Amino acid sequence: MEKRVVFRSAWLPYALLAPQIAVTIVFFFWPAVQGAWFSFQLQDPFGLHTQFVGLQNFEALFASEHYLASFRTTAVFSVLVAFFGLAISLVLATMADRVLRGALAYKTLLIWPYAVAPAVAGVLWAFLFAPSIGVVTYVLKRLGIDWNWIIHGDQAMLLVVIASVWKQISYNFLFFLAGLQSIPRSLIEAAAIDGAGPGRRFWTIVFPLLSPTTFFLLVVNIVYAFFDTFGVIDATTQGGPAQATQILVYKVYYDGVKAADLGGSSAQSVILMFIVIALTALQFRFVERRVQY
Amino acid sequence: MVENRPGLTALSHAVLILGVLAVAFPLYVTFVASTLRIEDIMSVPMPLLPGDQLVANYSQVLAAGTTTGSKAPVSQMLFNSLVMALGIAIGKITISIIASFAIVYFRFPLRNFFFWMIFVTLMLPVEVRIIPTFKVVSDLGMLNSYVGLTLPLIASATATFLFRQFFLTVPDELAEAARMDGAGPMRFFWDVLLPLSKTSIAALFVIQFIYGWNQYLWPLLITGEESMYTVVIGINRMIVGGDAANEWNLVMATALLAMLPPALVVILMQRWFVKGLVETEK
Repeated sequence: MEKRVVFRSAWLPYALLAPQIAVTIVFFFWPAVQGAWFSFQLQDPFGLHTQFVGLQNFEALFASEHYLASFRTTAVFSVLVAFFGLAISLVLATMADRVLRGALAYKTLLIWPYAVAPAVAGVLWAFLFAPSIGVVTYVLKRLGIDWNWIIHGDQAMLLVVIASVWKQISYNFLFFLAGLQSIPRSLIEAAAIDGAGPGRRFWTIVFPLLSPTTFFLLVVNIVYAFFDTFGVIDATTQGGPAQATQILVYKVYYDGVKAADLGGSSAQSVILMFIVIALTALQFRFVERRVQY
Repeated sequence: MVENRPGLTALSHAVLILGVLAVAFPLYVTFVASTLRIEDIMSVPMPLLPGDQLVANYSQVLAAGTTTGSKAPVSQMLFNSLVMALGIAIGKITISIIASFAIVYFRFPLRNFFFWMIFVTLMLPVEVRIIPTFKVVSDLGMLNSYVGLTLPLIASATATFLFRQFFLTVPDELAEAARMDGAGPMRFFWDVLLPLSKTSIAALFVIQFIYGWNQYLWPLLITGEESMYTVVIGINRMIVGGDAANEWNLVMATALLAMLPPALVVILMQRWFVKGLVETEK
């Protein structure tokens, strides 16, 4: 879509674009190019010598058991976060769409976790589940469960999944609610007159019509699990125990900042960049389809 | 409501109440913990009713942080977070709105090139270019400064898109009329476009304020000095060791202070928040 009426000026549009473009070049493109360049180099730990090594950093990564394990961890983590995040918020949104009384109150009480920083969400849940003093730990121990996420990798994973899902439910809930409210009432009424019960109406009418929203949220949640959960993990498990919760982004940070392996970390960044590009492309393809819907 | 099924309605309320309680539970425990003495928290299980240390704990963290861990006052951190959140929100909105104005209302060489340049930044979140961006900011001497905290995060493709979408829906007749009356482009921008964009600006402000307030990785990298910590980083610095080593009552008081401003923004500006969320994401 283009404007018919435009203004004419030889310099004004450039001046208006200048701040945005300047920030983009200095803080996006320049670092991205540098990062790509670092990924082909090998640095000694003190940063005194660099050597061009071609694709060696990438080869080393894919030969490294730790890196492949981090891929698997990320896959498990994002599938769990996306599945539970979507399932719980869909149930809540469907119920909130049904009730008339108190709908606004429920909405307000469910959306506030959106405002909580991922790192803070991590701290809150780490406190509830703290191995020696946590309130939930106490209950679990009374039930005979040996809860200590500092030692058990699967419990650490469960903790970061719970904290990440908790923070993301509000977002998914709002989108599902908006999606549900845009489904024409007449369709549902017609099905009800034909004798379809609430369960059947949900699975044969509501759920299929909601699929664009669901797909959109699926992509958003995977991106969220890949990148935004850095704070959750750094504030709780820091990738541990024994890398059980070391997702890809955390490994980039750990190798680059803590272990000072510039080449290896940059190569990981480049791989992540490709993953983001793929996810963004997926999202945009879908957006075009949603416009038709 | 299609039909009246009292049983199902009751079930819906039950599920929603359960959901609200589950979502609120961590917040409640945080609040309770922030009103207790550290000894109360250590005596497992900690009480689930508020104690009497509310004023003592909050004035302690606001004035002087924790007693054993980081001693940076939380009031300074809250101020830093506020500067960062406002800087990012206002900066993003300002540079995006003028950039989209140029892209929509002018025809000039390289227009599409610039548009794509902004578009591509969507694919470069700060998490994937951590170290090189840190190097650039460090070379520019921006470590431990407000400029370093905000400037690298204010380029935003989403904000530019939102304004572009909105400008495209503004009737052409308005620009035509303005031109006929002899108004230049900037006059049109100030007197017509900006007032029309108020809702979009409010919506974007809410989203970007929360985004800025909740930043973690970036401030973690570039704030080495205690006086520049944002409150989210401050909490991280207060947690020094295992369960027993932390002053959880003070950590929880700080966590609550860190949640309060963005939560208030979300709840008080709910209408714009929902609009901003739904529109920036499409």
